[in-house]
Amino acid sequence: MSCFTTKFADELIANAAYIGTPGKGILAADESTGTIGKRLASINVENVESNRRALRELLFTTPGALPCLSGVILFEETLYQKSSNGTPFVEMLKSAGVLPGIKVDKGTVELAGTNGETTTQGLDGLGERCKKYYEAGARFAKWRAVLKIGQNEPSELAIHENAYGLARYAVICQENGLVPIVEPEILVDGSHDIHKCAAVTERVLAACYKALSDHHVLLEGTLLKPNMVTPGSESAKVAPEVIAEHTVRALQRTVPAAVPAIVFLSGGQSEEEATRNLNAMNQLKTKKPWFLSFSFGRALQQSTLKTWGGKEENVKKAQEAFLVRCKANSEATLGAYKGDAKLGEGAAESLHVKDYKY
Amino acid sequence: MSAFVGKYADELIKTAKYIATPGKGILAADESTGTIGKRFASINVENNESNRQALRELLFTSPGTFPCLSGVILFEETLYQKTSEGKPFVDLLMENGVIPGIKVDKGVVDLAGTNGETTTQGLDSLGTRCQEYYKAGARFAKWRAVLKIGATEPSELSIQENAKGLARYAIICQENGLVPIVEPEILTDGNHDIKKCAAVTETVLAAVYKALNDHHVLLEGTLLKPNMVTPGSDSAKVTPEVIAEYTVTALRRTVPPAVPGIVFLSGGQSEEEATLNLNAMNKLAVLKPWTLTFSFGRALQQSTLKAWAGKTENVAKAQATFLTRCKANSDATLGKYTGGASGDSAASESLYVKGYKY
Repeated sequence: MSCFTTKFADELIANAAYIGTPGKGILAADESTGTIGKRLASINVENVESNRRALRELLFTTPGALPCLSGVILFEETLYQKSSNGTPFVEMLKSAGVLPGIKVDKGTVELAGTNGETTTQGLDGLGERCKKYYEAGARFAKWRAVLKIGQNEPSELAIHENAYGLARYAVICQENGLVPIVEPEILVDGSHDIHKCAAVTERVLAACYKALSDHHVLLEGTLLKPNMVTPGSESAKVAPEVIAEHTVRALQRTVPAAVPAIVFLSGGQSEEEATRNLNAMNQLKTKKPWFLSFSFGRALQQSTLKTWGGKEENVKKAQEAFLVRCKANSEATLGAYKGDAKLGEGAAESLHVKDYKY
Repeated sequence: MSAFVGKYADELIKTAKYIATPGKGILAADESTGTIGKRFASINVENNESNRQALRELLFTSPGTFPCLSGVILFEETLYQKTSEGKPFVDLLMENGVIPGIKVDKGVVDLAGTNGETTTQGLDSLGTRCQEYYKAGARFAKWRAVLKIGATEPSELSIQENAKGLARYAIICQENGLVPIVEPEILTDGNHDIKKCAAVTETVLAAVYKALNDHHVLLEGTLLKPNMVTPGSDSAKVTPEVIAEYTVTALRRTVPPAVPGIVFLSGGQSEEEATLNLNAMNKLAVLKPWTLTFSFGRALQQSTLKAWAGKTENVAKAQATFLTRCKANSDATLGKYTGGASGDSAASESLYVKGYKY
């Protein structure tokens, strides 16, 4: 094959396919220490390890939530944490049929000579790190590349650098038993219309899959985490059906059928928007050879976070809010969401932060 | 969109979809004057215009064959020829639901500094020529790029040149109302195994789809005409099921779902081999987001040619032979071929010619 042969091939294919189980999706709980600090600050909670641990425990022990999830992306610290009864989080997730994943990139740095475009770091020693993460129980990884739309953006340099960075990350993961989630996020910032976003998304995804081919990545053992195709944050909103149509068309034009599943990022969308858009895509009657699901961070946790407020006595209510979003998104992967999820506080709130940095 | 959407967009999409109708396929009858001369020589028929007209009339008036065909590729001379009753071939075909297509490339030339690798000519004034062909009734076009497998082949230069040539041809066609059939043929010549062919096919197709994206080609208004993935001509044969598995895997890894149909070339395969392989692909229980059908030249005409031998008294027999192959391949597109059509020895004859030049 054009792809390389690895002893992990069968396992990679099985895990990628499992993550693409209809009715399930991914909880992105891999906020770095800095980023989770911003979240905790917004609910007046101190950014200390015990609070970070408490939040994740709240999420992972929510009754009824884990069956809606096929995977959870973790930050390195969390990979080694335990619940209050001493069970490692990784064990807790695995025994509930949820694959642990690990964020492996080291953030973005600017590309000199561009207008604020970036590339992603993290390749140094990545093979060794992946081995350790595999030993710790991780079975998939995530690397976020970031592009933006502007007058002259994304530039050919930014597209190429990010695509080839993703490809190198992907093959290193596969060499070490981790299914790589390929995430080329095109930020929603801007006043462009949905057609512009579609054009850029198609161009970026085409470059990604060329790079993955060049690097001999086994597509059947990967996942894609793209942005949905939407108008820019400063443009008028459109209906979920319109987003669904443009998004699925862009994917049909660029993502080979060998990729088992596409797990959307939510960007700055509100919890409810993200769910409705995903639902609309799964209702669309057109060719979709990959399973369409979610890999949501903010769009799964926002109202849960607010309800919790860092207080022990709010845990149960917060867990209920989390379950509502998990179930809603689970239904959305089947095109069965009726829009009747009890909106928790903040569920309809936009989560857009201009020029968002993790 | 990233794709160029000109005034012909809807028509291109409709035509491409129609050509990809399950149960139908393409008759490649676009042999150049020189090439058809070789065929005639093999049956002792003089290569003059009336014989060329007679052969094509034999094919196009074969009773019962129209339902098996969605298109016929013609050479320029044939586009302007008529039946013996004075009806333009183009009209005859169109009236019977068969779309006329036109070969627009001007053959291959060597790439200096390579080991016999080639690129394809034909871009000069291609737009104007396409307009003329459209006026004459053509609705799709064909351009054959050729690559070979060797110790250091195909080279990156050859892949890039051929992919880009195909992309430029494709967009020019779409600007002028013709659905481009994109044909990156990798010759079977060689003693490589099927895995090598698969790897090369995947690399080539990935480059082709990147080039098509770069050139803003509307994938929904194109068709792909690839080689099947097989062992080299000097290697041991494998079963149709093995060919089917490697071929479909290669396509799933590279051909975006937006492409409506894949119309295989037969290369040097015998009539029966080509049909059995196509049938096996359509029986394969794996998700295929494009229809898999045929665009056969030799593999549809070989035994018909022999049965005809240039004699009027043989026409009915030759037409019956042609019908047999058409039906066999039509069944194969539905995975319904049960083998042994006609039992004609010519049907099993290999049509392999080393270093085949059209």
